Amino acid sequence: MSTINLLLILGALVVAAYYLGYGRSLQMAKPLGGIRHLHSLPFYYGMRAALWCGIPALLLLAFWLMFDEPIISAAIINGLPEALKPQTSAEENLVLSTVRNLATGALSADAVDPALVAASDRFAELNQIGARLSTAGVLSLAVIGGFVAWAKISPQVRARQQVERIFKAILLLCSLVAIFTTVGILLSVLFESLRFFQAVPVTEFLFGTEWSPQTAIRADQVGSSGSFGAIPLFVGTLLISFIAMLVAVPVGLMSAIYLAEYASGRVRAYAKPTLEILAGVPTVVYGFFAALTVAPLFRDMGASVGLSVSSESALAAGLVMGVMIIPFVSSLADDVINAVPQSLRDGSLGLGATHSETIKKVIFPAALPGIVGGVLLAVSRAIGETMIVVMAAGLAANLTANPLETVTTITVQIVTLLVGDQEFDSPKTLAAFALGLMLFVVTLALNFIALHVVRKYREQYD
Amino acid sequence: MNNTTEQQHQIAERVARGLKRRYRAERRFRLYGILSIAFGLLAVLVLFTDIISKGAGAFRQTYVQLTLQYDADVLGISDINDERQLALADYQGVINQALYERFPQYSSRKDKRELKKVISNGEGYEIRDRLVANPSLLNQSETLWLVTDDDVDTYYKSIGDDDGAFTGRVSETIQSVVGELIDSGDIDLRLNVNFFTRGDSREPEQAGIWGAAVGSFFTLLITLALSFPIGVAAAIYLEEFAPRNRWTDIIEVNINNLAAVPSIIFGLLGLAIFINFFGIPRSVPIVGGLVLTLMTLPTIIISSRAAIKAVPPSIREAAIGIGASPMQVVMHHVLPLAMPGMLTGAIIGMAQALGETAPLLMIGMVAFIVDIPSGPASPATVLPVQIFLWADSPERAFVEKTSAAIMVLLTFLIIMNASAVWLRKRLERRW
Repeated sequence: MSTINLLLILGALVVAAYYLGYGRSLQMAKPLGGIRHLHSLPFYYGMRAALWCGIPALLLLAFWLMFDEPIISAAIINGLPEALKPQTSAEENLVLSTVRNLATGALSADAVDPALVAASDRFAELNQIGARLSTAGVLSLAVIGGFVAWAKISPQVRARQQVERIFKAILLLCSLVAIFTTVGILLSVLFESLRFFQAVPVTEFLFGTEWSPQTAIRADQVGSSGSFGAIPLFVGTLLISFIAMLVAVPVGLMSAIYLAEYASGRVRAYAKPTLEILAGVPTVVYGFFAALTVAPLFRDMGASVGLSVSSESALAAGLVMGVMIIPFVSSLADDVINAVPQSLRDGSLGLGATHSETIKKVIFPAALPGIVGGVLLAVSRAIGETMIVVMAAGLAANLTANPLETVTTITVQIVTLLVGDQEFDSPKTLAAFALGLMLFVVTLALNFIALHVVRKYREQYD
Repeated sequence: MNNTTEQQHQIAERVARGLKRRYRAERRFRLYGILSIAFGLLAVLVLFTDIISKGAGAFRQTYVQLTLQYDADVLGISDINDERQLALADYQGVINQALYERFPQYSSRKDKRELKKVISNGEGYEIRDRLVANPSLLNQSETLWLVTDDDVDTYYKSIGDDDGAFTGRVSETIQSVVGELIDSGDIDLRLNVNFFTRGDSREPEQAGIWGAAVGSFFTLLITLALSFPIGVAAAIYLEEFAPRNRWTDIIEVNINNLAAVPSIIFGLLGLAIFINFFGIPRSVPIVGGLVLTLMTLPTIIISSRAAIKAVPPSIREAAIGIGASPMQVVMHHVLPLAMPGMLTGAIIGMAQALGETAPLLMIGMVAFIVDIPSGPASPATVLPVQIFLWADSPERAFVEKTSAAIMVLLTFLIIMNASAVWLRKRLERRW
């Protein structure tokens, strides 16, 4: 039986348990003279039965789904004759996928070792047994759990407290998902990065100036020794982010100031949502725009004044990225500018300062920590932005600060190294995880500083 | 006395000069503000007009009218009831035959080869489906509008352009064929049905976004089904039940940080944990949904918390006062009142997930998938990834397709965001 069907049946059992529990509690209440003689409302008795029915069964199912593959695979490998036993994990994967393909009929049985055919029969058999066992186990656990809860219903059972305790535990578990995610990110990039640093020294990765991740497949191949110096990537990332900030910070800041301090209500009501549209456009759209409209435009403009501009120039990617970040900067700046108390404005204007002098000399300094925090968040966004650079920036790892040339970034390299088929023991793929670790650490640090700065500032006026 | 008026005069003059300068600075500052806003608005305008002008053409496709003869000999069918024969028959031959008969003047081998390029080579399947559905057509003739090849389509659409037609990939033979078809009225732009009903294809004229749209639907379904309940539950716990201690602080800092982690990192997580560790197959909406769930969770938690905070404490106190337990207060009163705000947050989170590309590249949703996905466990791609794939394709006709797909994606996003705004205006209560 498929997992979906099993879940549906389980759901039906849970609903049935709820109604049976509900009904039984009503029945018990009747001779006593109404439900006010029960400890809890009938809903809680029903819910208690439903939870008893569903939770153990679901736990068993989850456990089975997590471990059925390794158990069956191990059984298959152990059942193979000595000669066929795989030595490495790559061989093991190969054998297992052959067996799997034989079992599904994707591979014809004529061409392979009869021992493998036997193994594939065993595989199918084990799978079937496993599926039957798990179905039977899950359903009987559900029925037993539901029955026990049903049988134990009595007017004295503190059903509400029990149900609420379980609800609270579920809520806590959900709020822990955020922690699990962070731990998961850390573990996944950390482990692969450690494997990478076994092959390539950390110092070479951090300070090397040569990036060409193509590793040789054969020993005698020329020109693809694989060097993993990430400096060109860092420089490229910083260059594009810097260009983006040159666009986003002044434009975002000035439009926030104008909208908050000068604009009439009507202008604000229309201009603000229109600018926010820029934040809602998917990055892949910006990437397309940068690669097919902006980059050729710059190349042609450069050609007409005799400059050679690469058709994957850092300038095009950076400019479009800057446009993307404008609403981000402006809405953060808007918040902090609006949080500056009106009394400061009134004081400055009362002394005879013009509006712009008030903004430059009073409001801006007062809002500065918040603005700095916002800009730092925007930088971390620019560094982590992927699609624009994947589509509009190049792959060549040039170590240059010239915005008219092609540079590559950390995110571009992660995508190029990991898209498509990969093997998980070559430094080439593992390098992507090392780059991911760098990205995670840098953006985390930036966020941390930014949130700290913003929070510290908030305390001043509240 | 005289001296003082002189001095006063001088001071007044200096102040006036200074004032002039200061007012100039004021106007300049204002101008910078206006210019910034104008730049932002201009960017919106340029972006949208660029996409629309590039993509509008893709909703119509060039069709050619041909009279087809379902000749049993050309098809190689001796028995109409034999499914194998029907599947293997030479449908392309029928189209070629119709072309040779329509243009008898192109009889040299070279010209014939060019003629074959006029009609898309996916149309053979179309004819097969017609014959299978209606076997009595065998040895009959039928006049049909057939989809042209993408090069002919690009050429035909560019004929009226200011800078001349794009002839880069069509030979003179094809140009004169198209000329003749125009004269006889047998070539026309019609609604591009393929674009809305097909999956991906290497042939631009046969490629459609339906497959990607269905993939996006399944992915978002899983994202919504997981992230909304989990996000709301987490928000309830943190706002209503969590004790104020170090652990709660850690969870909160964590959520704020996760909201700012680059999306590609979530892709790495999905690759390492869901695919390599748990062994879920690549390219399926389940993995995409799981990754996007983790990515949108912080957004939903933060907006749900804001919605819960907005419920006034008096409501909680009143419920507790008449004997409700804390859990009952939340379930019966706080949650229903906060629901509109939570839904708004969920829609915005879903819009974010719909436009996300980078993490899905990591988990193999870039595979070339022709079939329409049949469920959350069958290989699929999603709209933004389809846009990325088409944008990378060398064929000129794909530029048009990409822009059109972007227009479809943006339409969905606008609908989602507009409904979020509507929901907020309509249902949110102010206390």
